[in-house]
Amino acid sequence: MEDYSTVISGFGGQGVILAGKILARTGMETGFQVTWLPSYGPEMRGGTANCTAIISSELIGSPIVDNPSALIAMNPPSLDKFKGTVGEDGLIVVNTSLVDEPEERDNVTVAGVPLNEIAQEIGNQKAINMVALGAWAKFTEGIDLEDVVRGMELTLTDMGKERFIESNGEALKRGYGYIK
Amino acid sequence: MGEMQLMRGNEAIAESAIRAGCKNYFAYPITPQAELLQWMAVHMPEVEGGTFLQAESEIGAINMVYGAASAGERTMTSSSSPGISLKQEGISYLAGANLPAVIVNIMRGGPGLGNIQPAQGDYFQATKGGGHGDYHTITLAPSTVPEAAQLTYDAFDLADKYRTPVTVLADGMIGQMMEPVELPERKDREEIPQKPWATTGAQGRKGNVIKSFALGGEDLKAMNLARFERYEEIKKKEVRSEEVNVEGSEVVIAAFGTVARIVKSTIRLAQEDGLKIGLFRPITVWPFPGEQLNELSKRVDTVLTVEMNSGQMVEDVRLSVKSGTETPFYGEVGGVVPTPGGILEEVKQYV
Repeated sequence: MEDYSTVISGFGGQGVILAGKILARTGMETGFQVTWLPSYGPEMRGGTANCTAIISSELIGSPIVDNPSALIAMNPPSLDKFKGTVGEDGLIVVNTSLVDEPEERDNVTVAGVPLNEIAQEIGNQKAINMVALGAWAKFTEGIDLEDVVRGMELTLTDMGKERFIESNGEALKRGYGYIK
Repeated sequence: MGEMQLMRGNEAIAESAIRAGCKNYFAYPITPQAELLQWMAVHMPEVEGGTFLQAESEIGAINMVYGAASAGERTMTSSSSPGISLKQEGISYLAGANLPAVIVNIMRGGPGLGNIQPAQGDYFQATKGGGHGDYHTITLAPSTVPEAAQLTYDAFDLADKYRTPVTVLADGMIGQMMEPVELPERKDREEIPQKPWATTGAQGRKGNVIKSFALGGEDLKAMNLARFERYEEIKKKEVRSEEVNVEGSEVVIAAFGTVARIVKSTIRLAQEDGLKIGLFRPITVWPFPGEQLNELSKRVDTVLTVEMNSGQMVEDVRLSVKSGTETPFYGEVGGVVPTPGGILEEVKQYV
């Protein structure tokens, strides 16, 4: 498997940190090495927050990467800040509910997904992070949607939030299914 | 060994301390160490006889450590750089009174209030004593979350064995990041050494006195000499370091903690460019693995030290290498973390 280093970025409150933890848990449960690193600067609700989750078949040195293989940008400042860093053959999942889809860059796939609308459709506005992870999973090899669903279930169970598993699972599937 | 868990460094350190038999934890909150205190607040009350106490200040906390350690219980405090500065008087007293205790420093940018980003600016403070007087603390520098857990566990044994405070020197990145950890087993009460010197009540025996005070010159001299005899034993038996990819490398990077793990990525990047570089990683930064580095320096041309400060460990590196070894330095400061690519650019000047 190739390594996946994913930067997830958005407003505080969009579930960026949790989405990253679920990716790391997914990688760990699927038998890979993982790291998860949050930005923990002077950020607040409504500001931007980001984290980096790395999934690798090898021991992970730096938990920070210069050129991530994927970016999930949930709001405009996130896209501006990180779109130029995505590496060769990388992926940008962008929330077209809030951001105009950027122009295709050489060797970078851009997947525009209306995260907020899809989350609204399933009646769980908070699940936009899961819709994004579902879309991400469409592009990965070695990690399937079912693996992410399991990572989400385990993470939420540990948090005592089992009641959100069903709607988050639905959000993951809708994100996955949106990508054709 | 138990199951793999995904944990933050701060959480893994806290849980590992509990499993090592830590009975008393006193601290005051500070970023980026807060999750350690939070974990202890939740889980220390589950420990039989366990005490969690958020003190009124860092100074209060370290002096509570002095009291609990005097009573012979495994005791810990934790903080981040500015808070560790406040504790220095207390750490000096612990060292002077030959008390075992564990102090965790999740370093951040400094000096002064600095910022809350990862840094390694407390190397001098941690390895050269830190407070007043003539002493050291054993200082362990983890570079991964699992290692932070293991070294914290070991720190309690080292503290008891040599009757000395032990510092776990990590930084905001190790504290904040999550990695899979297999935590060590919880120690039984019987596995923890008896402490006949402790102030446990003097019924039926002569009272124990614990102090760092000796008014007569000869008395204090004797106390200090005895301590430095123990330091010699520590230097002989407890030095730890790691070497990666050093065979056949002309350039070796010396780095500890977070920077060392980033260098492991740099080594891989260098291989893609057809360059071979190695890593020398002190795990004990006091005692510094000087002999090991000296041996290694006989086989290389250059030892490049990389740190998240303006050049602190590099002084120990320069004292250790064989004469004639090139010893350049590359540092990032202010809470900026060097990247694998940034370090590679630096290395390329010397390959």
